[in-house]
Amino acid sequence: MVAVLTRIFGLQNIELAEDVVQDAFAKALKEWTYAIPENPAGWLMTVAKNKAIDTVRRQRYQKEFAADVAPLLKSEYTVQPVIDKLFMETEIQDSQLRMIFACCHPALNEMEQIALTLKTCSGFSIDEIARALLSNNEAIKKRLQRARQFIADEKLQFDIPLGDDLKTRLDTVLNVLYLLFNEGYNSGSKETLIRKELCEEAIRLSVLVTENKFTSYPKSFSLVALMSLLASRFDARLDENGEIILLQDQNRSKWNYDLINTGLNYLNKSAEGDEICEYHIEAAIVAQHSMADNFEETDWNQILELYNVLVQINPSPVVSLNRAIVVGKLKGTAVALKVIQSIDGIDKLIEKNYQFPATLGELYSQLFNYKEAKSYFEKAILLTNSPAEKKLLQKKMNNLLNIEKQ
Amino acid sequence: MSEFLFLFRGGEGKTLQQSPEKWQVHMQKWMQWMGGLKEKGKLIGAQPLTPTGKTVTSNKKVVADGPFMEGKEMVGGYLMCNADNIDEAIEISKGCPILEFESGIVEVREIQQMPGSN
Repeated sequence: MVAVLTRIFGLQNIELAEDVVQDAFAKALKEWTYAIPENPAGWLMTVAKNKAIDTVRRQRYQKEFAADVAPLLKSEYTVQPVIDKLFMETEIQDSQLRMIFACCHPALNEMEQIALTLKTCSGFSIDEIARALLSNNEAIKKRLQRARQFIADEKLQFDIPLGDDLKTRLDTVLNVLYLLFNEGYNSGSKETLIRKELCEEAIRLSVLVTENKFTSYPKSFSLVALMSLLASRFDARLDENGEIILLQDQNRSKWNYDLINTGLNYLNKSAEGDEICEYHIEAAIVAQHSMADNFEETDWNQILELYNVLVQINPSPVVSLNRAIVVGKLKGTAVALKVIQSIDGIDKLIEKNYQFPATLGELYSQLFNYKEAKSYFEKAILLTNSPAEKKLLQKKMNNLLNIEKQ
Repeated sequence: MSEFLFLFRGGEGKTLQQSPEKWQVHMQKWMQWMGGLKEKGKLIGAQPLTPTGKTVTSNKKVVADGPFMEGKEMVGGYLMCNADNIDEAIEISKGCPILEFESGIVEVREIQQMPGSN
């Protein structure tokens, strides 16, 4: 609803849009105490639409509304028809897409983009956003304030860019949505419910992107595929104590096979056309795991081939690290270690990113080299901020110490 | 480029309002006509007028009900737009939905620029 109203009032009046939505919900709370209407969503939309017309009539000479409809809003001949039109289903989806694009404007920083998307596209409260992003209300309010100020100062238009601008902006949008997903998937927060909502919102918004003919590029589909496949493991990743369960130990009956099927469907759709991006390969890798009945039956050859492609698209050290692990599955731990040691700048990486010492620790313990393993695990524990990760590494180290004693 | 005022007279506004479906269809035509003008950047404004009003007359400022005119003389609304010249304005006015009716009249008037810098 905020998206549609912003289409009418203009980006500069986004808070007015939020107020009208608030009013509509307040009215619902009052009038639904005795009976809930058959179509609650429709009811809310109608109320919001009527309030929009009232607001326009009251303020059309005081406020500047959305530039492309302002003259039509000012005339009594057209105010009702134009608002009716914008509340139609296709227009609603269009407005939602514009909103995502507006929130992910490249001039805003990542935190601002995420906070704005959660607030305006997903309707999260400041409180919920703060809990989701492991921040506090004041910090979130400040970010939203800055983002809104920027929008007003730059007089941003509420539309989807065209041509080359569209492609660049789409990349930013997909990036933000993926970040949003990761906040929910990898968060150190204990609040499972909110984390799940973050993942679900990221997927929902990405699906919206695939449904608009201007933005339904293969990479959009591939992102939905990646997110769906990862999200399918949500219930199997943490135990009752909130501790991480590794892929090899996950109870695959807890995987959500509907999501896996959705993911595979989107992966297929993303294969149309000749553009490949990171999300494609990452999704294909996750799909390989999703299709295996258990860890032992995973097709490591196929996965290695995918990593070989991924390394070319994204030659980052972390990708090389993950590739090395797969090499280890096929050619043995010693080979994996050699591959890792040959990563560019590996010495510095071991001191900076916990994933490197953590992996080395794991590989050395497979070779029964407890001294090396321990020292790497200790380093990893110091480097990670995630309490769940720390616990996992600690557990591995404790296992080592137990074996050593025996 | 000048500004033009269209005054709408006649038409069958009252009868139309009896039938919600017909009214909807008719209003859509206004939407199309004005929307098209807006797209071209020519629309300045437009409003319908209530059928009754008052008249204030002479320096005695007498207020009376009125004007009481025949339906076809009554001004029902106006639209202001930009156009290069009266010919273009006339072309634009031909798209007005009020002309669907026998009794519909559009009066096309150019805004008079007062003396001053030009």
